Amino acid sequence: MIRELHKKLVNQEITSERLTEDYFAKIEKKNPEIKAYLSLNKEFALDKARSVDKKIKNGEEIDLLAGIPCSIKDNMCIEGLPTTAGSKILENYIPPYDATVVKKLKESDAVLLGKTNMDEFAMGSSTENSAYQVTKNPHDSDRVPGGSSGGSAAAVAADMCAYSLGSDTGGSIRQPASFCGVVGLKPTYGMVSRYGLIAMASSLDQIGPVTKNIEDAAIILTRISGKDRFDSTTVETASKNYEDGLGKDIRGLRIGIPKEYFAGDGLGKDVKEKIEEGIAKFERMGAKIIDINLPSADFALATYYIIMPSEISSNLARFDGIRFGKSAGAESEKTGEDLNLLEIYQKTRAKSLGKEVKRRIMLGTYSLSAGYYDKYYAKAQKARALIRKEFEEAFKKVDVIAGPTSPTAAFKIGEKTANPLEMYLADIYTVTANIAGVPAISFPCGSVRIEKKDLPVGLQLMGKWFDEETLLNAAYAFEQSK
Amino acid sequence: MILKSEVQKIASLARIEITDEEAEKYAQELSDVLGFVEKLNEADTEGIEPIAHITGAKNVIREDKVIEYSGETKDGIINNFPEKKDRFDKVKAVF
Repeated sequence: MIRELHKKLVNQEITSERLTEDYFAKIEKKNPEIKAYLSLNKEFALDKARSVDKKIKNGEEIDLLAGIPCSIKDNMCIEGLPTTAGSKILENYIPPYDATVVKKLKESDAVLLGKTNMDEFAMGSSTENSAYQVTKNPHDSDRVPGGSSGGSAAAVAADMCAYSLGSDTGGSIRQPASFCGVVGLKPTYGMVSRYGLIAMASSLDQIGPVTKNIEDAAIILTRISGKDRFDSTTVETASKNYEDGLGKDIRGLRIGIPKEYFAGDGLGKDVKEKIEEGIAKFERMGAKIIDINLPSADFALATYYIIMPSEISSNLARFDGIRFGKSAGAESEKTGEDLNLLEIYQKTRAKSLGKEVKRRIMLGTYSLSAGYYDKYYAKAQKARALIRKEFEEAFKKVDVIAGPTSPTAAFKIGEKTANPLEMYLADIYTVTANIAGVPAISFPCGSVRIEKKDLPVGLQLMGKWFDEETLLNAAYAFEQSK
Repeated sequence: MILKSEVQKIASLARIEITDEEAEKYAQELSDVLGFVEKLNEADTEGIEPIAHITGAKNVIREDKVIEYSGETKDGIINNFPEKKDRFDKVKAVF
């Protein structure tokens, strides 16, 4: 997709201005129903497009991403444009700086169309927790697009942008990619800078691309990865052009199949069939299918639901109505109500944070509080070490690990909102990659027919730390083979 | 099972004002989740050292140098203050 558009731009078959206008026309037509976008930046995008057109006319060399329209999940800062993270508390927040990934896209002359909807502060698996709107799945408007990067996945699936950037703390790129039938990559922890990403759980958060095909994901990864002085977790990796590493033969590639992922009744029968067909296809292509054990699969989700809320309770302390965002203090000035500092904190957070956000802050506060720390947080940190060790062992025997991205295809809007715990189970196959820090990708492997609609199913591959090359090449081979 | 009084205590630690009705609802929901995470006890972590994240990085430091930002960036920060006086963030008295 990106390469084709790039060729058309360079050959002057189309201008970036025209391409950008076409995308805005599509957004105007489809977005009122799908509701993937929270805000658009027409003037800003068209200015960029025209500047790229000028460069092309002048015969200047342009990057692959130059002049190509994309969208950004609304938890990444673009200087001067609203960034809400799907929360009312940031309704009027205008970031004074660019996130590192945004800065990098701007350096590539990418055209940023707008910001996509998400679960509030990326907490959710359906995008229904957005404080602003419910995004619909383009394959069936009665169903959710997945979450938390549901706006990004829906925008890519409905061709309201060429690609998007999402963030993934426990599956928030891969699960919506699976539900919407697109590609979603969560890179290795430390690969992409999170500077300017509104933090959820800092030991798990990672930014990655949501795209229409594997090559596009590789192209974006090349351009957003690398060490950044503003995110001390980023590491120096050999600068690679991931798109150049695609197309290698996968004969002999060792694919591990964790028995635990297919046991029990959690995995839908129809989804299971599709995943098994996908694995059989890999085998026909010459890959070696190897059964492996990941016993930690049984407690990985529990580990996640301690670590993640604990970090949330700490990270979200900054939303207190003092330095930015909505404030009960500013409102009380108008009404003449006399609040003290503590009341300002308590009322600001009570009024402007959503239910799920409060629930997770309280869960984290509880698990970190005196008397419970060892039982929950300390135990989870040990479980995490155990999970990492298990992956180290597994990757001695295999090159990648395959399985489902999600236990089911897209569920219905409202189906899981009444029971938070049931919603959490949607993350069962995706959280482990975040806990272990390994890269993981979801890509389409067929569809299941439910209520006369074809709903996409995603296959997930997990790879070794910083070996995105093998991961992307395996996914690319799958995609190219019919 | 978490008690309503415990929920009120957690909410106060987290600086979130909640009503009595909300406390009751949260007590149920938090109990459900905590019941689920009991699964953690299945992990045999005897002799395992805890880790906070996977990179192994420790005490990453940077040069102690002031970076001068543009007036525009500074104005951007100040414009986000919920309440201000001149170019100061206006806050209620702490004591």
